[in-house]
Amino acid sequence: MSTARKSHSKRKEVALLGNPNCGKTTVFNGLTGMRHTTGNYPGVTVERRTGTLVLDEGPVTILDLPGTYSLSPHSIDEEIVHNVLLGMQQGTPAPDLVVLILDASNLERNLYLASQVLEIGLPVIFFLNMWNLALDEGMQIDLEKLQELTGVHCIAGNARTGMGLPDLRKAIGKHLKDTPLPKKPGVLSPKLDKRVEDEVHALCEKIQATFAQRHKAACGEALRLISDTWRGSPLLKNNSNGDELWKAAEQVRARLKSAGVDWAAAEAESRYQSIAALISRILTYRPDASLSLSDRLDSVFTHKFWGLVIFMLLMGLVFQSIFSWAEPLMGVVESFVQAIAAFITGLLPEGVLRSLIVDGIIAGVGNVAVFLPQIFLLFFFIALFEDFGYMARAAFVLDRVMKKVGLNGKAFLPLLSSFACAIPGVMATRTIQDPKDRLATILVAPLMSCSARLPVYALMIGAFIPAVPVLGIFDLKGVTLLSMYFLSIIAGLGMAALFRNTLLKGPHSPFVLELPPYRIPQLRSVLLIVWDRSKEFLFRAGTIIFAISIVLWFLANYPKSESQVQHFEQARLQATQTLSGEDLTRTLLQIDHKQASEELTYSFAGRLGKLIEPVIQPLGFDWKIGVGLIASFAAREVLVSTLAIVYNVGNDGSETSVDLIHKLRNQVSPETGAPVYTPLVAISLMVFFVLACQCMSTVAIVRKETNSWRWPLFMIAYMTLLAWLGSFVVFQGGRLLGFS
Amino acid sequence: MPSDHVQNPVSLGQLPEGSSGVVLEFTCHNAILHRLRELGMTRGTQVAVKRLAPFGDPMEITVRGFNVSIRRADASCIVLEKIETR
Repeated sequence: MSTARKSHSKRKEVALLGNPNCGKTTVFNGLTGMRHTTGNYPGVTVERRTGTLVLDEGPVTILDLPGTYSLSPHSIDEEIVHNVLLGMQQGTPAPDLVVLILDASNLERNLYLASQVLEIGLPVIFFLNMWNLALDEGMQIDLEKLQELTGVHCIAGNARTGMGLPDLRKAIGKHLKDTPLPKKPGVLSPKLDKRVEDEVHALCEKIQATFAQRHKAACGEALRLISDTWRGSPLLKNNSNGDELWKAAEQVRARLKSAGVDWAAAEAESRYQSIAALISRILTYRPDASLSLSDRLDSVFTHKFWGLVIFMLLMGLVFQSIFSWAEPLMGVVESFVQAIAAFITGLLPEGVLRSLIVDGIIAGVGNVAVFLPQIFLLFFFIALFEDFGYMARAAFVLDRVMKKVGLNGKAFLPLLSSFACAIPGVMATRTIQDPKDRLATILVAPLMSCSARLPVYALMIGAFIPAVPVLGIFDLKGVTLLSMYFLSIIAGLGMAALFRNTLLKGPHSPFVLELPPYRIPQLRSVLLIVWDRSKEFLFRAGTIIFAISIVLWFLANYPKSESQVQHFEQARLQATQTLSGEDLTRTLLQIDHKQASEELTYSFAGRLGKLIEPVIQPLGFDWKIGVGLIASFAAREVLVSTLAIVYNVGNDGSETSVDLIHKLRNQVSPETGAPVYTPLVAISLMVFFVLACQCMSTVAIVRKETNSWRWPLFMIAYMTLLAWLGSFVVFQGGRLLGFS
Repeated sequence: MPSDHVQNPVSLGQLPEGSSGVVLEFTCHNAILHRLRELGMTRGTQVAVKRLAPFGDPMEITVRGFNVSIRRADASCIVLEKIETR
């Protein structure tokens, strides 16, 4: 062991900060390239993106903070930003340097956050992004004057073209070496009303100690405590005297109110006064009377009639791509998985290990990997719309509809994502500020008909729904499939309405949404997002499915009965002695299938199926379907392979589903002689699959995002109940109506 | 805020598409209005109603040169002096 151990000092950390839509992520990608990782902050589910910037001086860590308008937190994301900057985030020390990204075309609003950040007393660099946009709009910003007045190093740039980024890199390296503090940040300090100022001073004495005697930082925080009624500040949350402090703030508010001072406006108005004074000295603005391109686009995209038409067309495009364009790619993945399975089969001797790897792990993980092209395409469109600026418009157009069920327009994106897979959908709820709103969205996201349900629909529709024309242009198979999607949307919105009126009752969620100017999407950044999220999906789903596959394989294969094995060995021996040629091959195959079927009956999975049979009988299901249901609680698509085992269809490649369809059609009940599967049973089973929570990965991600077991367990319970009721109504109702 | 000489105070929620006004006061306190202030919608700021969403709600407004969407219920908490356009 002679490897020399290099002692490495702690890497310097640079935080990127800025308003939403200021181009922060583009700057981050420009600085770090592909060298970044995504994780969560310890103890909270807010995405933590860090990357490495390689400078001449050595590598530094770049931390991408969530976009925020202010240090008054209104969401968990914003709480994190606040905590990190104050150095109060557990496990994340305060950054060594803050790069504040300002949208140059919108300087006034962006300087609000800057004015708050400068008070904290960290070294700061201003990066005035979208400089070209500001020029295009006729603004002239005196950069040198801004630098002189604020004492902060200012860089003009355009992250999309890379303009200004080399300067930013240089400045970061320089600042980290001698960490200069801004020389005269006072110019952006709020000019407070005398009565407010006195109260702020009294309050900041109280919290002075927390800020290591940094007076300005403490007073800035005190001003926020007075102005804001959200209790997200770390001074209130993780502090033993937080309640006391809150009471003090409320007393201040009462005093100011009786003195006729609007305490709620105190911070915003005083800061904007200083900002206006600064702006008047650095910005000359030639207003451009012509209607901007964004405005013209908006008059179409959010038009009362055309806005809706375009929305539907775009959604149609997305679904078309998921369901037909993805198919050839899925075929490629499928044959790749089959090739691996075949390779391993050839490599390993027959036995428990080969069975575990091929029938358990590869089959299980491969089942998920097949959906990757669909997920990739969906993410591609979502990232494209987002980069273009359309997503905010979609939320704007749809807010009224979503409000009806107690959600808001921002819930649209997570629900759309859930049609590919609920995992990214649940992750996408992080943009929703209101916790109840977010929870309601998380709880209904798995009801959206995800791509893992497709194989089940395909099997059932293929086997039992006749291709009868409907209204001349459609056929019954297609209509049935579409109905399943409608059912999922209705169930999802209905449950959301129910939750928001009962369990998650609360005031209508806030909906303040910036509608940023449209921008030409950048393929590079779109692909980066797609890659990031697909990777996360495959990894998360992969690890859980991997584990579940092993468990399922075990449940379906054990315990084994010695006498059963001997019985089939005997049968084989007998067959080889009496038969020959093709007859022998056929008989041996039959014996294999019969053995697989009987072993399954004897296995844990089979016993569980028998156990739940009384519960699922009213839905039209027998114990064999029960085995499928139990197995598919881990992941829906497992149903198909489980049915293949239950009905001992050879598990040998492409002909499986054709064989399986044939087998299913011919199943008769041993007691009554009636067919097990009828179109009614098939529909009942599909409805069950629309509504049931059969996805361990979703449960795991909900556990992660809600930080408790309470909500994922509740989700399993309500969805299972809903599925049972739905199937019951379909099956029993169908029978009453005379269907068989 | 002296409001006696204000000609035509109107709530933002009632302002028709295409018209604008100057913020006089906020009649409610909540997180959304706090956020709107932080976005620059302070007293004396000019606000324009750009357009309404397809079902009449929410509304898109312009404040300090950028566009933001808010619901009418929240907008009705904001009192403006309407700017008459000829």
